[in-house]
Amino acid sequence: MLRYIFRRVLFLIPVLVGVAFCVFLLLYLTPGDPAKMVLGDLATEQAIQEFREKEGLNDPFWIRFGKYVYKAVVKGDIGRSYSSKTPVMDELLAAFPATIKLSGFAMFIAVIIGIPCGIISAIKQYSIFDTVTMIFAMIGLSMPVFWLGLLLILLFSVHLRWLPSSGFDTFKAMILPSFALSAQAISMVTRMTRSSMLEVIRADYIRTVRAKGQTERVVIWGHALHNALIPVVTIVGLQFGHLLCGAMLTESIFAVPGVGRLMVTSIMARDYPMVQGAVLFVATAFSFVNLLVDILYAYVDPRIKAQYK
Amino acid sequence: MAEYTEQNEYRKQRGPFAEVMHRLSRSPLAMFGLAFIMLLVFCAVFANWLAPYPFAKQNLLHMFELPSSKYLLGTDEFGRDILSRLIYGARVSLQVGFIAVGISLVVGGLLGAFAGFYGGWLDNLIMRVMDVLLAVPQTLLAIAIAAALGPGLYNLMIAVGISAVPNYARIVRGSVLSIRGMEYVEAARAVGSSDLRIILRHIIPNSMAPIIVQSTLGVASAILNAAGLSFIGLGIQPPNPEWGAMLSGGRQYIRDFPHLTLYPGLAIMLTILALNFLGDGLRDALDPKLKR
Repeated sequence: MLRYIFRRVLFLIPVLVGVAFCVFLLLYLTPGDPAKMVLGDLATEQAIQEFREKEGLNDPFWIRFGKYVYKAVVKGDIGRSYSSKTPVMDELLAAFPATIKLSGFAMFIAVIIGIPCGIISAIKQYSIFDTVTMIFAMIGLSMPVFWLGLLLILLFSVHLRWLPSSGFDTFKAMILPSFALSAQAISMVTRMTRSSMLEVIRADYIRTVRAKGQTERVVIWGHALHNALIPVVTIVGLQFGHLLCGAMLTESIFAVPGVGRLMVTSIMARDYPMVQGAVLFVATAFSFVNLLVDILYAYVDPRIKAQYK
Repeated sequence: MAEYTEQNEYRKQRGPFAEVMHRLSRSPLAMFGLAFIMLLVFCAVFANWLAPYPFAKQNLLHMFELPSSKYLLGTDEFGRDILSRLIYGARVSLQVGFIAVGISLVVGGLLGAFAGFYGGWLDNLIMRVMDVLLAVPQTLLAIAIAAALGPGLYNLMIAVGISAVPNYARIVRGSVLSIRGMEYVEAARAVGSSDLRIILRHIIPNSMAPIIVQSTLGVASAILNAAGLSFIGLGIQPPNPEWGAMLSGGRQYIRDFPHLTLYPGLAIMLTILALNFLGDGLRDALDPKLKR
């Protein structure tokens, strides 16, 4: 088990360096001179040259990339924001709790709604409940998160005046963004639980349990559920990563002060170090979530654990 | 597969396409999806004739008008007809969806096919690069690429297309790997077929099913991603009509004039829903293992 975890952690290093490289390359190729962006169009040629020299913008690509990775790994320094002049890492760390809370809350909603719906759908396949749930799940998957967010604002804050449409400081303010964000995750979890449950119900060992004369309750809760939830764990983990991403649009709509909104505003302001840092940050968080999921997966599935004994 | 159905005398003769269509027609949801997509394609092609007004024609005397017989879905903040903009918007969304998927299919498909067919170090190299790209969530990757390229229709297509490449590479590689070991490929090799012939005549036709399904669902997610990018200002620039950009433009007036955001959002949702239904239906219809 330890060997498995060790290997997975080791594999994370080249992936993260690769991600850093891609992000760095993309923004390196971006047209437009960052020096002019920061100093404005009226800056003198000399001021621009001094800025380029100071920020190391004149260095060759590989040296700049090397410096970037070195500073990131050794000092946790991923540059300074062009617009606010504060270290990127500080701003990201300040914004991260809101994003984590938003995605965590959305994931929680998805799990407590999605898994029971998926189980009931599978047990009562082709029933009215199943059909309606599946159609709703499909609608949830097709709903753009920004549109759903606007609809929720329209209904709950403009017409009914129950919930605030922006901010993230009170519990009431967290409800709308979390629900808007969780719609896709609810649908994915429901569909996955249903199909995995359907597969398990038809397995031979379930037939054996039924043949033994066990009650339906024991069949479902004692035997089918545990096995059916194994693939659901993966989906939940993957969805968590997507939620971190979907949070970008949700955060801009509901004015949640998180990493996503920070990224969107810095894209608009062409604040490269900030964009670079935010993409790297979210990708790192995503990779760590995936790592946790893989470890958890090995833990709940004895077949994987057995491979690494 | 085609030869098999033609030689089978006990069955009514149907080509593979007709067979799939026949099975697809049994799913009402999939047929709804197909009909809706065909309607959209029709709108996109004949937008010039169908739209009651030009998409950029401003009429400052008729701003924020509610739906009426003159303006069927009302007008926006510049007095432009929303219905006309939605019809022209179908053109943009479908273009982005199909071309983006085309890009990811060609790039990802070729990479996946080479990786799967030749294996060894090439496979390792390609798939490790794909692993790195997969470590970045797709939407984030699209945003990063779009931010680097700048706004615009073609950049939007490239950003959305490239961000989905790893998915296609994986699927194509997987199906190529499973087909490469089949007896009929071995037989083809035994009679002296070249690699190219094996790939073109045997591997590609037999790996189409998962790719078709993935592409249909891929068009849906490409349109959704593109709308999201336009929504945050990284896609199509005004005055060009794009559903996501229309939503984003109407957003600040939502308290007083919700129709500005309702209709574009509905258009996006119905399109994605139709493509998802169609994709699900195709998955069932193309899978010969699922007997009904």
